[in-house]
Amino acid sequence: MTAPAQELGSGRSEGDTPAVRLDAVSKVYGRGPSSLLALDQVSLEAAQGEFVCLLGASGCGKSTMLNLVAGLDRPTAGTIETGGRKIAMMFQEPALFPWLTVSGNVELALRVQGLDRKARRARAAELLDVVHLGGFARKRPHELSGGMRQRVSLARALAQQADLLLMDEPFGALDAMTRDLLHDELERIWRERNLAVLFVTHNVREAVRLGDRVVLLSSRPGKVIEDYSVKLDRPRRTESRDVAELAGGITERLKEEVRRHGR
Amino acid sequence: MAVEAPNRLNEQIAGLDALEIQTERKRGVLQLFWGRLWPMLLAVAIVLAIWEGVVRAGFWPEYVFAGPITSLQELGNRLGTAEFWHAIATTMRRGLSGFALAILVGVLIGAAVSRVRLLRAAFGSLITGLQTMPSIAWFPLAILLFGLTESAITFVVVIGAAPSIANGLISGVDYTPPILLRAGHVLGLRRLALYRHLILPASLPSFLAGLKQGWAFAWRSLMAGEILVIIANQPSLGEQLHYARELADSARLLATMIVILVIGVLVDVLFGVADSALRQRWGLDQRIG
Ligand SMILES: Nc1ncnc2c1ncn2[C@@H]1O[C@H](COP(=O)(O)OP(=O)(O)O)[C@@H](O)[C@H]1O
Ligand SMILES: [Mg+2]
Repeated sequence: MTAPAQELGSGRSEGDTPAVRLDAVSKVYGRGPSSLLALDQVSLEAAQGEFVCLLGASGCGKSTMLNLVAGLDRPTAGTIETGGRKIAMMFQEPALFPWLTVSGNVELALRVQGLDRKARRARAAELLDVVHLGGFARKRPHELSGGMRQRVSLARALAQQADLLLMDEPFGALDAMTRDLLHDELERIWRERNLAVLFVTHNVREAVRLGDRVVLLSSRPGKVIEDYSVKLDRPRRTESRDVAELAGGITERLKEEVRRHGR
Repeated sequence: MAVEAPNRLNEQIAGLDALEIQTERKRGVLQLFWGRLWPMLLAVAIVLAIWEGVVRAGFWPEYVFAGPITSLQELGNRLGTAEFWHAIATTMRRGLSGFALAILVGVLIGAAVSRVRLLRAAFGSLITGLQTMPSIAWFPLAILLFGLTESAITFVVVIGAAPSIANGLISGVDYTPPILLRAGHVLGLRRLALYRHLILPASLPSFLAGLKQGWAFAWRSLMAGEILVIIANQPSLGEQLHYARELADSARLLATMIVILVIGVLVDVLFGVADSALRQRWGLDQRIG
């Protein structure tokens, strides 16, 4: 993180095929009278190298959307295209395997790709350095703090060599200082690797801090209601005036949407 | 809007990590072992005291119900004879080989039932039902099928232990945390790799509990079997019990029972140590308060 880069984020979505494209995707949970329409005809695109934040009140179908993109669940209607891209995902919980060491967790992702043991070791060590955990390779997940576990989880996701990174409120449970640091790390990694990122959050400032775009979803059923393009220079600070101003506007719109359900 | 220099960032991260990480002392296996052993020794002392008290109360004459001192002396004598060690060896051999076979059978059945939905529907509750069947109830059938042979004993040991082992595996597979399954799916683990790298390790604690329970059943079945099925020139602990009763040798009977109890407890301690070691590695041993 050296000189502030100008306008790297926005203006990237040049014409070629998007990294992910949702076309009129709907998801219904359950059947009959107790069924629930979680997503209603959601269409969305993100280009390779684009950082898209999905914002909405809880229960509006954000996790559902990521699960569908990750292939953990199937849409009831509509199509999702990722052009055969490799997809990695981070959850709100670190979801590390307790029987493996920190390094072992990262190595497992590499093993699936068929790397041999030596290569796995070396690569895992590199990735742990990327998330500043080089000294903790031999520890067990439970010996680390929540923020450190989430960084291991990030290293594991990076190990997958994915082009598309899905993040479901990955920093929601962390304290503000740790979260700030992880924002910086994530931004750096995203730029270096030219990732497409779908980042779910219900924190408006976080969305504005990170996103090239902030996509606002309505609740029950989940629908795209706004698609803000964030033109602020990077790197941004969560506590800066510009971020606060834009976040204020988006928060108003979000509140309006939430009030609609109170009536 | 100053951007922090990289090394300041590094320091900040390292500082946060150092503050947050818990410094934890690791306990060695020996310490774990001792931690479990001394409460037992205390319990033994209490039991011996009560035993002595009951004997002194004089409900039964000494030759029917020997006191702890006589019995322990007899135990000392018996431990000096080759026959007694032979008996212990035979019983342990039967116990371990039967248990090993039970593990094999239990794992095969557990794996099949947890994977195949139809088998689950058909046999799931049957396996639990088998667990509640007293093992001694199998002996008449076993003796009909195999005669008064070692096979009859092994049969009952296996049928007593295998359902618990299978059940341990099945519930371990069932209770694999969904979040880990999702993580595994995203990582690209499928089919066999999914089992090998995720489901099997995740079910280890439950499997271990199944093994422990299986051993308890195996040991009980074995004792019942050795009392019922006595093979000539094959001294065993059960057989020793049988003859001690026939000879109305109370001290010898109690001495043999002590050995049976001690072996059972030692194996239980071994399982306990394995379980604690696992919990410690996985970080499941954090107590509240
Ligand atoms: N597996 C499921 N079965 C039934 N309903 C579900 C399931 N998953 C989510 N839902 C419902 O779908 C809606 C959207 O959920 P979710 O995608 O988790 O929202 P968000 O992540 O935005 O908080 C919620 O009302 C939730 O109760
Ligand atoms: Mg969610």
